[in-house]
Amino acid sequence: MNDLHWPELIIFGLLFLLVTVLGFVASRWKAGSTLDHLDEWGLGGRKFGSWITWFLIGGDLYTAYTFVAVPALLFGAGAMGFFAMPYTIIAYPLVFLPLLRLWSVSRARGYVTPADFVRGRYGSPVLATLVAVTGIVATMPYIALQLVGLEAVLRTMGFNAGGFLGHLPLLIAFVILAIYTYQSGLRAPALIAFVKDLLIYVVILVAVLYLPAKLGGWGEIFSAAEAKFAETESPNDGLLLNANNQLQYATLAFGSALALFLYPHAATGVLASRGRNVLKRNMSALPAYSVLLGLLALLGFAAIAAGTEALTNQATGRPDTNTIVPKLFDDLFPSWFAGIAFSAIGIGALVPAAIMSIAAANLWTRNIYKEFLRRDATPADEARQAKLASLVVKFGAVACILFIDPQFSIDLQLIGGVVILQTLPSVAIALYTRWFHRWGLIAGWFVGMFWGLLLLYNIPNPATGKPHFGGSALALDKLNILGWQPFAGSQVQIYVGIVALVANLLVAAVVTVVARRLRVFNGTDDTDPGDYHVDEGDKNLRPVGAQH
Amino acid sequence: MATPRRGTGAGLRFSPWNLLLIIPLWILCTPLYNRATPELFGMPFFYWFQFVGIAVGVACTAVVYVMTRETPTVPARGEGTDVDDLDEGSAL
Repeated sequence: MNDLHWPELIIFGLLFLLVTVLGFVASRWKAGSTLDHLDEWGLGGRKFGSWITWFLIGGDLYTAYTFVAVPALLFGAGAMGFFAMPYTIIAYPLVFLPLLRLWSVSRARGYVTPADFVRGRYGSPVLATLVAVTGIVATMPYIALQLVGLEAVLRTMGFNAGGFLGHLPLLIAFVILAIYTYQSGLRAPALIAFVKDLLIYVVILVAVLYLPAKLGGWGEIFSAAEAKFAETESPNDGLLLNANNQLQYATLAFGSALALFLYPHAATGVLASRGRNVLKRNMSALPAYSVLLGLLALLGFAAIAAGTEALTNQATGRPDTNTIVPKLFDDLFPSWFAGIAFSAIGIGALVPAAIMSIAAANLWTRNIYKEFLRRDATPADEARQAKLASLVVKFGAVACILFIDPQFSIDLQLIGGVVILQTLPSVAIALYTRWFHRWGLIAGWFVGMFWGLLLLYNIPNPATGKPHFGGSALALDKLNILGWQPFAGSQVQIYVGIVALVANLLVAAVVTVVARRLRVFNGTDDTDPGDYHVDEGDKNLRPVGAQH
Repeated sequence: MATPRRGTGAGLRFSPWNLLLIIPLWILCTPLYNRATPELFGMPFFYWFQFVGIAVGVACTAVVYVMTRETPTVPARGEGTDVDDLDEGSAL
């Protein structure tokens, strides 16, 4: 431990203490009659209003990792990294209507997870388990990445030792987080999200006004970035897109937008809200975070202009580009403000990590534990199981960072987006129609999943010398359907997730037609058409925390 | 379980205002804005145009929200409640 940055550390410590207190107090905030029910522990009583929902979902989707990784992408590759903008612009209009239906049917039937809905809609434990397992697998590396974000900040503040000692501050922070999430459930991140988001807004607004002024204006910043990209040999960086990566830009944005609310933690934030109007209001209020994200992304260019160099991670011995933004703050801000900025990113890691672990715990409890291990589990048993599962999930994520190269988590998260997209037909399309047969959906899932993984496995990254999992951009030239190459020779790139999703839908449709011909039983539908329009305040609405 | 039987034929309720939600997808059309000029505050067109894209997206979702807001209706006292009214009702 050399040269610790004391003023930053003290401010970070104080703010961390504040959110810890909030995390424990949260168990009594807007408390229902009991915490021994997943409606309460896992969904905060299903009664969050517009403001809380805005902070909760905003804090949930715009994570610490997003805030360090997106500027790092622009720093490294330029325009391509800005895909986060179209992604978050189209995500809300796209999901506006389906999310309302998901909220209503879940409220009417007491569903806690998207897999619960699939179970009710198709009466198929196999399909529901596939959706649940997909959700857990996609969420786990995402939690680990929050640790990467938190650690980038801790290392910049001076905790950059090698080995176990270097991970110790991270471990302590996570143990505390695990304990208050265990106790307070979703209310803890909901309350902490207020602090996190206010800090983030202040920091980013100051940063985008102060830093360009100090660096000679945006014009200077963009010129410096242009000069840097002109020097590199790579054809795929630059201030603008080129002929080959425009399709990748658009499909990556589109695929990511479709995937966003399929992630279990996003669904958890949505189901915790009070009613349909709360959600509608939030669909137009959440893009405020996109403005922040866009501005923050541009700080990647500011780091180029400022000559910021990535810190070498003592644990891996490689420069870690995720430290670019923390390092930029450390270099250019007075230390007390850098302390606030680091707290914003650090606390920004805790909120999504808590929500994600709750979402994964809900999936485990409702769709695996209750489905296969204890069918007669009472709501109190479910709550107990979910609390334990949230601990296991969190320590699994810590273990990923401690014992495995963090690069593994980054690869997994890349895979996660492709993987979670394969649940779109079973969850999002099923909200509208039961036309797809359940065996069609299962077959489509298998094909989309394995083909998607195979394509990702075969993408190299020449820049880092990695032979596999080098990114999500597939050159159309490499598209090979059982030996047939429809676009041989083309260097145009496309997002793997979309390719896999198209294959998934085609297979699902073909198997559906066959299954209908053979009159295979398509399960029973537990839901009523009216369930999809239920709203708060309806008469005879299922009570929150109902004992089945 | 306390969920009531609801009116049939309620499968899909479509409002023409919902079509506005398609507009923000224009941002996927990269040739529209993949160029450097005109600049704004020293920012190439590519970058500031997408900030405008956020405003367009917000405008579309906000209009849809306002025009399709599920207004609270309190059923008249004494009258038997029709199942179709239940969907629109709100205690607020």
